[in-house]
Amino acid sequence: MNESGNNTEYNGGKPEVNIIGAGLAGLSAALTLARMDIPCRLISPMPSERAQSVMAEGGINASLDTMGESDSPDEHFADTMKGGVYLADPNAVWNLCSNAPKTVEMLCSLGAALKMKDGKLVLRNFGGQKKKRTAYAKSSTGKILMTALIDAVRRYEAEGIVKRYSHHRLYSFDIADGNCRGIDVNDLHTGRLIRMNGSVILASGGMNSLFPGLTTGSTVNTGDVTAMAFINGVEIANPEFIQYHPTTFPITGKRCLVSEAARGEGGRLFALRKGEPWYFMEEKYPELGNLMPRDVVSREIELVKVDKDCDGHVYLDMTGLDRLVWSDKLSDLREECIRFLGTDPAIKPVEVSPGIHYFMGGINVDEKHRTNISRLYAAGECACQYHGANRLGGNSMLGAVFGGYTAACTAASEADENNTGIEELSQCRREIMQPVGIPDEAAKLLRDSLGIFRSGETLEAAEERMQELIEGEKNELQKRRMILGRAVLLAAQNRKESRGAHTRTDYPEKDDVNFRRTTIVTYSEKEITVSLRDIPEKRGESG
Amino acid sequence: MKYILEIWRQKSIDEKGDFRKYLYETDSESATVASALAELNSKAELTDINGEITDKIAWECSCMQKKCGACAMVINGRPCLACDAKLYENKTIRIEPLRKFPIIADLMVNRDIIFDNLSRMKVWSEKELIAVDEKNDIMYEASRCLQCGCCLEVCPNFVSGGRFFGMSAMVPSSRLLTGMNKGDAHDLRKQFGKKITDGCGKSFACRNICPTGIDIEKLMARSDAAVLWSFFLGNRFFE
Repeated sequence: MNESGNNTEYNGGKPEVNIIGAGLAGLSAALTLARMDIPCRLISPMPSERAQSVMAEGGINASLDTMGESDSPDEHFADTMKGGVYLADPNAVWNLCSNAPKTVEMLCSLGAALKMKDGKLVLRNFGGQKKKRTAYAKSSTGKILMTALIDAVRRYEAEGIVKRYSHHRLYSFDIADGNCRGIDVNDLHTGRLIRMNGSVILASGGMNSLFPGLTTGSTVNTGDVTAMAFINGVEIANPEFIQYHPTTFPITGKRCLVSEAARGEGGRLFALRKGEPWYFMEEKYPELGNLMPRDVVSREIELVKVDKDCDGHVYLDMTGLDRLVWSDKLSDLREECIRFLGTDPAIKPVEVSPGIHYFMGGINVDEKHRTNISRLYAAGECACQYHGANRLGGNSMLGAVFGGYTAACTAASEADENNTGIEELSQCRREIMQPVGIPDEAAKLLRDSLGIFRSGETLEAAEERMQELIEGEKNELQKRRMILGRAVLLAAQNRKESRGAHTRTDYPEKDDVNFRRTTIVTYSEKEITVSLRDIPEKRGESG
Repeated sequence: MKYILEIWRQKSIDEKGDFRKYLYETDSESATVASALAELNSKAELTDINGEITDKIAWECSCMQKKCGACAMVINGRPCLACDAKLYENKTIRIEPLRKFPIIADLMVNRDIIFDNLSRMKVWSEKELIAVDEKNDIMYEASRCLQCGCCLEVCPNFVSGGRFFGMSAMVPSSRLLTGMNKGDAHDLRKQFGKKITDGCGKSFACRNICPTGIDIEKLMARSDAAVLWSFFLGNRFFE
């Protein structure tokens, strides 16, 4: 069938790829495929301009070494592995870090307006890294990268190589005998149901619907694609690792991020201890101070908040930042604090607390971004890759762009040219509005048991109650979400150690012997199984 | 605090719509129209001010913090983002969809024309673009457009499907025109002249509407000048 669904049209014997999600990872995959002249469909509930990627703030990491600090891919690799507490696939991380300079240069060649001086990219400090490695555009880096990629992909849309399906949502997978043959998608405006053959790349973002009101991300990134994939036999990896960004503040219905760039440019965390400012990060971690990895900073904030000598509040002091830093580097962050918090951070410290910002776990992929189902791939935040037990700031946009590229290359090399075309199936009920989050009680179970500090007892009780709620749930969408939530609980219960973003009060130590392994969660015959899989050995390349 | 929200309800483009009143209570000083709509929709049953059960309100949102443009609508007569419209500013709030675009349902409209126009105008570059030094600020500014449609809503010259494409096409074009090298911008410049310069009546009704505060006049003046000067000087303006 051709794209109107009426007639068979020969596309020259080329394979076709369906990409679910039109943020950084989806656009990067589409651009990569288009440049190889491989037709693809870009499917998303909203246009790219509305994707969560436009919200990304601080920057993108690459050891471009433009600041005269002798940075290198080896050091980027070492920092990423250490930040992730050695749980990431070292070969995938090496691919990421060694290709990071080329990736950022590619984005620059599309006219991405990253900060430059004298013809060179300016890099800033970011958490968990001693050297300046983060390219940026004030604190709107995601928006600036997205604009460049959107314009680049538009050319191929006009040529018909990339077909946009905005306002479309995944309806079902066609997976049989371990092979993905295509998907059915639903037009949210008309209710039209369309069958799309070909390989599938999932680039659908994190699992925000499990934590309504608690995340910094988009309400569109529900995790519904991940939940549906899971139910269809796709493995989930490391879902227990949920990043709490240390500096967020609540606004109605969600949390708002104060970018790590604020601390990269000199912002200082403090609490009032016996009425006096206590710069606890600088005291406890003299080397990196406020720029320790996010898991460490978030834990420290939580501990300080319950310290009997403190008053339960933690502040980010940006009042000492230079006027030029505000105007050249953080003007948008300042505007956001004024607009949403009513505080000018240049004049008064901002009260902050940790909020859910990123899911390190997700769909299990190998270093080529293959899932356990053939011709089904995943990239970006929906995939578990690169970040281990804790993601470093600046690595998510890099992981999304490079992951999308890698997934596209793999999909192109493995695609089936005999499985192509689309077909209009039927009109199904037009369902414009879907619930943003899971039902209240289920949300409370996850919120209370999957915080920064966790205990086996709470996790077990939450998991048992979640199973009861699942059995009583009538809404299929909510049921899938709750099954995914239960998978996260079981994974957290099973990991009896503390590592990165997963801190168990009953197992406070790291246990490399038993747990320096990837959690794998599978779903079959209504049963969820959790196991641990060895991390691949590092091959002989540098890093 | 109690607020009365007068919300446009319309099941589809084929059916008639009307305003319906809803009562919304909140103690939050930071509550916005977007957070109110989200909260109303999260209730098991949505009832209007008379206690009558109604369908959930169709509207679009994504970032909830002025970064994505999804929730553009007309609030008390002014196009803006629902996530940027604080409730405390008024007790009664009239909420309706953008009227320049075909309605899908309630507050949700089909804004495909914005993106189609960018394709028709060929807003892309086939060559490398580098946002170096003096071009960097302009390209940054022009990268910030949300494609929300607020500027088109107030524009006396823009009609969906018409020949003038409006500021939502001008802004991204200006990014490319600024970044392009000598000789690469010919097609886009020609399109810019036809689809933007020729159709803009310079009313600048859009001047203070952009939710992100993009300096439309500056970008327009620069790009207009580029088109004009390229007519007289060939491509030398961009050298």
